[in-house]
Amino acid sequence: MKTDMVIAGVGGQGILSIAAALGSAALDNDLYMKQAETHGMSQRGGDVQSFMRISDKPIYSDLIPKGGADIILSVEPMEALRYLPYLKKGGYVVTNSTPFININDYPEQEELEATIKALPNYVLIDADRIAKDEVGSARAFNFVMLGAASPFIDVPFEYLEEGIRKIFGRKGEDVVEMNIKALHAGRKFSEENR
Amino acid sequence: MQKSLLLGVEAIAQGAIDGGMSGVYAYPGTPSTEITEYIQHSKQARELNIHSDWAANEKTAMESALGMSYAGKRAMVCMKHVGLNVAADCFMNAAITGANGGMLIVVADDPSMHSSQNEQDSRVYGKFAMMPILEPSNQQEAYDMSRFGFELSEACEIPVLMRITTRLAHSRAGIARATTLTAQNKLKLPEDKLQFVLLPGIARKRYKMLLSNQEKFEAASEDSAFNSYTKGTDKSMGIIACGLGYNYLMENYPNGDCPYPVVKISQYPIPRTMIHKITSECDKVMVLEEGYPVIEELLKGYLEKESVVGRLDGTLSRDGELTPDMVGRALGFKIEESLEIPSIVAARPPALCVGCSHIDVYKALNEVIAEYGSGRVFADIGCYTLGALPPFNAINSCVDMGASITMAKGAADAGLIPSVAVIGDSTFTHSGMTGLLDAINEKTPITVIISDNESISMTGGQKSSAKGKLEAICEGLGVEKEHLHVLLPVPKKHEEIKDIFRKEIEYKGVSVIIPRRICVQKNIRDQKIKKARAAAKA
Repeated sequence: MKTDMVIAGVGGQGILSIAAALGSAALDNDLYMKQAETHGMSQRGGDVQSFMRISDKPIYSDLIPKGGADIILSVEPMEALRYLPYLKKGGYVVTNSTPFININDYPEQEELEATIKALPNYVLIDADRIAKDEVGSARAFNFVMLGAASPFIDVPFEYLEEGIRKIFGRKGEDVVEMNIKALHAGRKFSEENR
Repeated sequence: MQKSLLLGVEAIAQGAIDGGMSGVYAYPGTPSTEITEYIQHSKQARELNIHSDWAANEKTAMESALGMSYAGKRAMVCMKHVGLNVAADCFMNAAITGANGGMLIVVADDPSMHSSQNEQDSRVYGKFAMMPILEPSNQQEAYDMSRFGFELSEACEIPVLMRITTRLAHSRAGIARATTLTAQNKLKLPEDKLQFVLLPGIARKRYKMLLSNQEKFEAASEDSAFNSYTKGTDKSMGIIACGLGYNYLMENYPNGDCPYPVVKISQYPIPRTMIHKITSECDKVMVLEEGYPVIEELLKGYLEKESVVGRLDGTLSRDGELTPDMVGRALGFKIEESLEIPSIVAARPPALCVGCSHIDVYKALNEVIAEYGSGRVFADIGCYTLGALPPFNAINSCVDMGASITMAKGAADAGLIPSVAVIGDSTFTHSGMTGLLDAINEKTPITVIISDNESISMTGGQKSSAKGKLEAICEGLGVEKEHLHVLLPVPKKHEEIKDIFRKEIEYKGVSVIIPRRICVQKNIRDQKIKKARAAAKA
């Protein structure tokens, strides 16, 4: 059992909550995990990424080697492409389709989508819309994304639910249930559209 | 026992708390900041009454830690690599005074300069001061070494340097904590009352002691549980792997089947016997170091007698951090072909936040400076350094903490009039005040803008030592009242701000202008805390 995943986004989008839920899920089930993240300067609207590694054997490197990631999970479509050199042959790109535009030379939406759709294995999901319309909270889009990536993560789905319970537990049952609902909505989309 | 999920920096903090530390001293700096923040937020640390307030700069922090060590208690001081330059005076001399209570100096290097202006390797400083160095290869070692570091410091009677790098600092892993916690030391003054008095006569004796103790430090490295020699069957090459370099090596042998003999180094001075063994039994040696080629250069020597490969001969890149694939290629592995980044992917550089007060300062300043010609704005280190990038292109320097004021002074001395300095509130109290005093004493015609957002923002909104004190400090240093202004940087005051800038730039002496508005991020966090507190009350 081993999954290496690059989680990508833009500073402030909250990709670390995805990593936190996964990390908690891994640790509670006696799996090894390492999760490297970006702090400091690039957090100010720059591109940020987290390397997430989960395995039933000890993990050495904090960084995923190039060509080594099973999954690129991106909460922003252009950011998904920035980490393609890390993707393993046969690996999946799971990305949100809603762009975060804070630069002038952001690519055209159509060209961006076409580039993603030219990849061998991808899931392109409008997590913002699903979070708002199906889950009832725009803030849950991160866990729609984790749900969409879950079919490709070599960790039992229940573990992910447990992880969400653990990290949101002190915020109350409503928040927990909403994020678990988001997880299921994302997974459903992915299974229907992979 | 359930493992704790901790960042490398948090593991160090928890290790120090569990290891009997009485106080941490620090100035924020990526990637070291969260060590102190973790201790500030730790209930356990609060109950143990562990000191954890921020210091004005790294030098004051290190001196306070040395004072705590003098008094017999265990102290830790934390900083980023360039912070050690600021604290270097104390650092070099603390190796000569030695420690009383255990003293751990944690320095976080930033190879590849993710958030820094250089990638200096603090192990060079450790060697310069002749101090033992610890360099964890993973988060568990970081925790264990933090506790062990205090013991080593007390056993060797000298401060110990722990050198970490960005990837270890900001990566999380499960940590097994110690089952027994070490109690804090009692107050106990040094037996030799002159130990810390570095008068030449005493300093010479202490220095001889430091020199003669090197053997003891080396023996500790030979016996260290953190250093090891692993046998290998293929002696065409031996590998010396330091700190994180060891992880990248093992990443390439997931089943632990590295055919080459390996010396893992995580404690310095380097264990001489192990080095002799591997160099004598292998045809050549590859050195994997995260940072400068410190050991590689030592082994290779100026005459390049030894067959040593690494960063100096191009086997590994001379600069930047190591990566598992870079090490893999050096070991002769074929790295799996991967996709390239499509050309449509645009760079997304960090930017000032929407609504940031620095934006209003730069907009006004740019228009006024245009009247005099560009190339005369000396800036400093903080979020406002982003003023160097489009759309502002507003600043012409960023060198070290406080250099804005003194560089503006030097340029004005050279005849570049007007010269303007832009510095943040916390950077000003860190290292700007003394430079301002120089300018005041000479009545140098410079305009100093202290862009005050009432927080140390780039590192995450820590408490600024300058808060509520800037006017008093400036007046106390001798800034004339009529040339000291505080104003509110908001778009509707644009013309008013320009008028003040213009008027003070024309003044042929020192002016200080303080645009003051709280950092937007800090404000959001403060409001959240306020709301949470109100909710808890209700």
